[in-house]
Amino acid sequence: MDIEFTKEDENFRLEVRDFIEKNFPQNIKDIDKRTDLTRDDMFSWHKALYKKGWIAPHWPKEYGGTGWNITQRYIWDQECANAGTTPLIPFGLTMLGPVIIGFGNDNQKDWVLKGILSGEDWWCQGYSEPGAGSDLASLRTKAEKIGDHYVVNGHKIWTTLAQFADWMFCLVRTNSDGKPQEGISFLLIDMKSEGIEVKPIITMDGGHEVNEVFLEDVKVPVENLVGEENMGWTIAKYLLGNERTGIAGVARSKKAIERLKEIAGSEYIDGKNLINDSDFVRKISELEVDLTALEYTELRTLAKESKGEGAGAESSILKIKGTEIQQRITELTVEAIGHYSNPYLVPAFERQGSNYLTIGPDYSHGAAQNYFSTRKTSIYGGSNEIQKNIIAKMVLGL
Amino acid sequence: MDFSFSEEQTLLRNTIQSFVQDNYDFDKRREIIQSEEGIKKENWQQFAELGLLGAPFSEEDGGMGFGSVETMIVAEEFGKGLVVEPYIQTVVTCGGFLRRSNPAQREKYIPGIISGEDIWAFAYAEPQGRYNLNDLTTTAISDGDEYTVNGYKCVVSGAPWANQLIVSVRTSGDQRDKEGISLLIIEKNTDGVSLRDYPTVDGSRASEITFENVKVSKDNLIGEEGKSADLLELVVDETIAAVCSEAVGAMAILNDATVEYCKTRKQFGQPIGKFQVLQHRMVDMFMQYEQSVSMTYMVNLKLEEDYPERRKAASGAKVQIAKAAKFIGQSAVQLHGGMGMTDELNVGHYFKRLSMIENVFGNIDHHLKQYSLVD
Repeated sequence: MDIEFTKEDENFRLEVRDFIEKNFPQNIKDIDKRTDLTRDDMFSWHKALYKKGWIAPHWPKEYGGTGWNITQRYIWDQECANAGTTPLIPFGLTMLGPVIIGFGNDNQKDWVLKGILSGEDWWCQGYSEPGAGSDLASLRTKAEKIGDHYVVNGHKIWTTLAQFADWMFCLVRTNSDGKPQEGISFLLIDMKSEGIEVKPIITMDGGHEVNEVFLEDVKVPVENLVGEENMGWTIAKYLLGNERTGIAGVARSKKAIERLKEIAGSEYIDGKNLINDSDFVRKISELEVDLTALEYTELRTLAKESKGEGAGAESSILKIKGTEIQQRITELTVEAIGHYSNPYLVPAFERQGSNYLTIGPDYSHGAAQNYFSTRKTSIYGGSNEIQKNIIAKMVLGL
Repeated sequence: MDFSFSEEQTLLRNTIQSFVQDNYDFDKRREIIQSEEGIKKENWQQFAELGLLGAPFSEEDGGMGFGSVETMIVAEEFGKGLVVEPYIQTVVTCGGFLRRSNPAQREKYIPGIISGEDIWAFAYAEPQGRYNLNDLTTTAISDGDEYTVNGYKCVVSGAPWANQLIVSVRTSGDQRDKEGISLLIIEKNTDGVSLRDYPTVDGSRASEITFENVKVSKDNLIGEEGKSADLLELVVDETIAAVCSEAVGAMAILNDATVEYCKTRKQFGQPIGKFQVLQHRMVDMFMQYEQSVSMTYMVNLKLEEDYPERRKAASGAKVQIAKAAKFIGQSAVQLHGGMGMTDELNVGHYFKRLSMIENVFGNIDHHLKQYSLVD
């Protein structure tokens, strides 16, 4: 047991810090002005990392990974969070990539991975349906094999950033007999195919991130099936497991707490700074203690993984605690800001070209909307109730 | 001991319920909050015709002579509809000050509220002051029979719609002294008053207001110069009671909607309401709601009491309501899943309003502190 960083680790830290400093796009550096990013904004950091060969640290080296050990990956995440880099879009890198590496054929490994790494292909995730949320296996979007194509009909929902996506990895029903889990397949669908319609869903914070995707007689070549027909559920579970390990967001939460402290240091209560108010500072301390516990839980999970023991159902802990902490940070941020949490920040896609007012200090802009929006984190990726069911069943054997 | 409502009070509730039913369904509300103006003037006129705008004023002043229980009923029913027209701001808060103003002021200003002609806003908050009503940097300097007002008020709820303002100012003393606080009536279009209007996250509107060498007649002083801290606190307590009532109305809708949704939404072959973990969450929501109703009755019944009783009641109620608002709001969204996150469903809109109510006129920390300081 050892948590000290070696001299090599520290050198590595300086190297990545220097790289981020020199290469993170200047125009999106100011976190207060980063409310709604365009597709190009979101992509610019990706391109810089791709050029350097650092876009997929968690992939095996032969597929384009960096070959970093877990300490180096940990340092990388920390440095990115400290520098406030924009999060990379996870659908290709975190979700689909490992699936293709594990289950894809050689042809898929070639074109899919290449497109993810370069960022040329943007992916979205076609999982949930109106009737299949927590009970994902009850999904009904149907794929019928006709000749050398599947013909897909159905309706996906909560599809994040589908408005920007070139491709969708999609769970479809290829067999309706037997247990629902046994008739699911994993398809790669070109979003430019005829018969696809993307309809925006505006969320209560005013943002447009999620969508509905309607599929009507969409033709998908059979070579876009990943793995065997009807083994999609195994793949889906593998993918959700990966999604959860990334979801703890420890480094970013640390940074967010630092920022919360800065805000509390700028706000006043009875003539003194809010950061000197014992009630408020106690709440921040509680949050930091929670986060420290999560950090070490994540490190233990990563250490296990690196020995090839597999994260297993424990990764559900990371999802639950990670999202609870993220939510609590946004809550306390609103609390710190006080009156100025009221003004509504018009989202970028609505204000293009028009003059809009920003009210209150820079750090207050959109804080309440961020709090509202962060409520989604305990719902998506398998709701926190479902994660607890997983732990109860898989870990505790109940 | 009796917690039942009189026949008249029930009639009042029914009247507002049918107003909300007819004029404030979800789509109609959306139209109102997205309109240029942000409220519907016809609704305000209808409030006048129903006598609601005169509710708390004495019959002598042309009002209905109603008490706090009636205000509670009105606010609660408005809360159920997420009504944005500034009833509490105009009638409860500014009306609360005007009811206690001198005869000339009552005669001059109250009829305009009752008839629906005037809308009022209360400019008290300052960025550095947080929830401390006495933390004021806006000053009024006496100059003959006038004051000269300079300063800045933030997030003044309903100000874009108002033509009259009541402004808390410092006429003497240090920034947070209890002594030296005065209340002034300032017409919004007076020279030197400038506003930046904006929408708020809960579908309402507010303004930032700058006062630059604004000349205000001493006839516009409410109460005695420099002695208004107690009145300020009293009227804010009454406002807190009304806001608690509004919150209770909003919570009722969220709880009903959540139970209904969990009865109909099926996953894993059964309504999700059959899962015990969700049942217990809804039971907790129900208990928080009941506790909130109790505290809201309590505070509304204690508004007439002397300072310590009243003050403790208002802070206590606000603490309970803020806790419940957070728990019920967050739980309602969680139990509705993705649908709860959408702009299209009413749940998010109630959650947003309740989230703002948590902090208005003081958050939990503020009121726990206040509560512990009252002797």
